[in-house]
Amino acid sequence: MSSVAVDTQQHQSDHDHDHEHDESSSTVFGFWIYIMSDCILFATLFATYAVLSSNTFGGPAGHEIFSMPFVLVETFLLLTSSFTYGLAMLAMHKDKSKQVVSWLVVTFILGFGFIGMELYEFHELITEGHSWQTSGFLSAFFGLVATHGLHVSLGLIWMVVMMYSVLRYGLTKQVKTRLTCLSLFWHFLDIVWICVFTVVYLMGAIT
Amino acid sequence: MSKSNVTSSGADHGTLKSYIIGFMLSILLTVIPYYLVVEKSVPTVTLILLVVAFGLVQLLVQLVFFLHLNTKSEKGWNFQSFVFTALVVVILLAGSLWIMYNLRINMMH
Repeated sequence: MSSVAVDTQQHQSDHDHDHEHDESSSTVFGFWIYIMSDCILFATLFATYAVLSSNTFGGPAGHEIFSMPFVLVETFLLLTSSFTYGLAMLAMHKDKSKQVVSWLVVTFILGFGFIGMELYEFHELITEGHSWQTSGFLSAFFGLVATHGLHVSLGLIWMVVMMYSVLRYGLTKQVKTRLTCLSLFWHFLDIVWICVFTVVYLMGAIT
Repeated sequence: MSKSNVTSSGADHGTLKSYIIGFMLSILLTVIPYYLVVEKSVPTVTLILLVVAFGLVQLLVQLVFFLHLNTKSEKGWNFQSFVFTALVVVILLAGSLWIMYNLRINMMH
């Protein structure tokens, strides 16, 4: 696709928006495309899990090892963190940098709690002898859930970097662009977790 | 969404009200299927269908209220790329399950 064609199209559709429609917008759009590719990565992991979930090979099935109240709390933590990140974005649009940092801190704590609980769950499973080496089901389970957990952990590191950026540079255009990208990432991870909660835990508990 | 909610980057960013509504709905859509599953008062097939339905509604709620997906931002490219990805995801999931299910059946005989 040539940039000339895109430029002309922009020119025709809205004149006044032209100057504002710049780097920051294409950065966010590019990040959105990355998120979409990440979606496909998770779809393959979900497909793997769906295929392997009944292959317990003498090991435990999902309903024998999942603690549902525990998972519900994990879900609430992540859902709430998505909400508080949204509040950070609202503060960002009002140019209140102190508020942005405070909401980022709250989001970080909730996200950190989620990761802590997940690691605890993994630790319990492994010490009980249900590691990923036990069965196809557990390989797929750890593969899927840990990939999500890894994404969340990277999101947390990114969040710390953003807190520093906001404090150090204030809410400059670039900082805002990055905060917007992180918001897409964070909400996306929340959505993936909803799928994990439904497909892995709820479905696992039914049978 | 009013025009004032559109940022310079062309993406919608919602209001406090929309975030609160989204948050309440997502909590509700988590708690209901959770209790349906834990209580086990519904027949299995109905239960599976209900859980899937709640999951799908939850996805929509999150996409609309948190990711602010709509057909307008970025001149519709956001939405178009999303629809394309959704198509790939559906083909990938349905295709894998279909093939592996048949494979399993054929291996049994």
